[in-house]
Amino acid sequence: MELQLEYFLVVAAALFCIGIYGLITSRNAVRVLMSIELLLNAVNLNLMGFSNYLDGNEIKGQVFTVFVITVAAAEAAVGLAIVLTIYRNRNTVDMEEFNLLKW
Amino acid sequence: MNLAEGVQIVSFGLLTVMMLGAALGVVLLENIVYSAFLLGGVFMSMAGLYLLLNADFVAAAQVLIYVGSVNVLILFGIMLVNKQESFKVLPNAWVRKGATALVCSGLFALLSTMVLSTPWMSQATVSVPPEESSIMIIGQHFFSDFLLPFELASVFLLMAMVGAIILARRDFIPDLIPEEKIQTPGWTLQERPRELLSVSSQQSSSER
Repeated sequence: MELQLEYFLVVAAALFCIGIYGLITSRNAVRVLMSIELLLNAVNLNLMGFSNYLDGNEIKGQVFTVFVITVAAAEAAVGLAIVLTIYRNRNTVDMEEFNLLKW
Repeated sequence: MNLAEGVQIVSFGLLTVMMLGAALGVVLLENIVYSAFLLGGVFMSMAGLYLLLNADFVAAAQVLIYVGSVNVLILFGIMLVNKQESFKVLPNAWVRKGATALVCSGLFALLSTMVLSTPWMSQATVSVPPEESSIMIIGQHFFSDFLLPFELASVFLLMAMVGAIILARRDFIPDLIPEEKIQTPGWTLQERPRELLSVSSQQSSSER
């Protein structure tokens, strides 16, 4: 019995579902950003698992993971800047108060 | 990885339990500072899982970028918007949470059924790790067939940095700046000093 690809895929699916739950139910805007990071990490784990088990010679999944990490860092910076600006305008971080664009 | 199989299984189980527990803590805990520190735990456990998957370079990059920069950035963001506020209680909040939990568990059931019923390993050609180390292969990919995305990533990071600075800096008000200050040489950011919230509220209440 050794480590199988399915183990990593199931763990990544669990992390993805936890991230989606946090993304929808959080009231704090910073926690929404953290949930997005969880989602990106779950996808990264999928990519790394496929890269190790199905593409062992030329590991393109790892290259893709590095790009995803780059985009995630940029997304965190811009997202926190947006949260900071919204906080200055509305004086709250409650997601329910950000309803300016609601029909 | 040339670890014994039992060691691999045990460390995989430990890392999985740590990661899922920390992720549940990120989502469910009330205090957001605890959530941010537990997010660092999630990233570290994820780096351990990458090590189990023979990816030493990406594990190091994960620790450096996620724990070292993204997590610290989130902590600074929490510090900047740290306002102890109790959110307004929504009616039917438990309906929303229950429906979301139902949908997420259904999605997890669907995904795990799909994962377990698909014969992945039948298409597997090799399971031995390659002769070169993974960092050499990643470097060759970066400078041959992934050269354009690699260069575009640097432009993208520059764009994100400029955008974050522009979004986060304060408003520029030209009429509030005195005349003699404009002639001062050097690069000074001309921006409105931020009033403290308590001071501004006191001022507005005293004006009224």
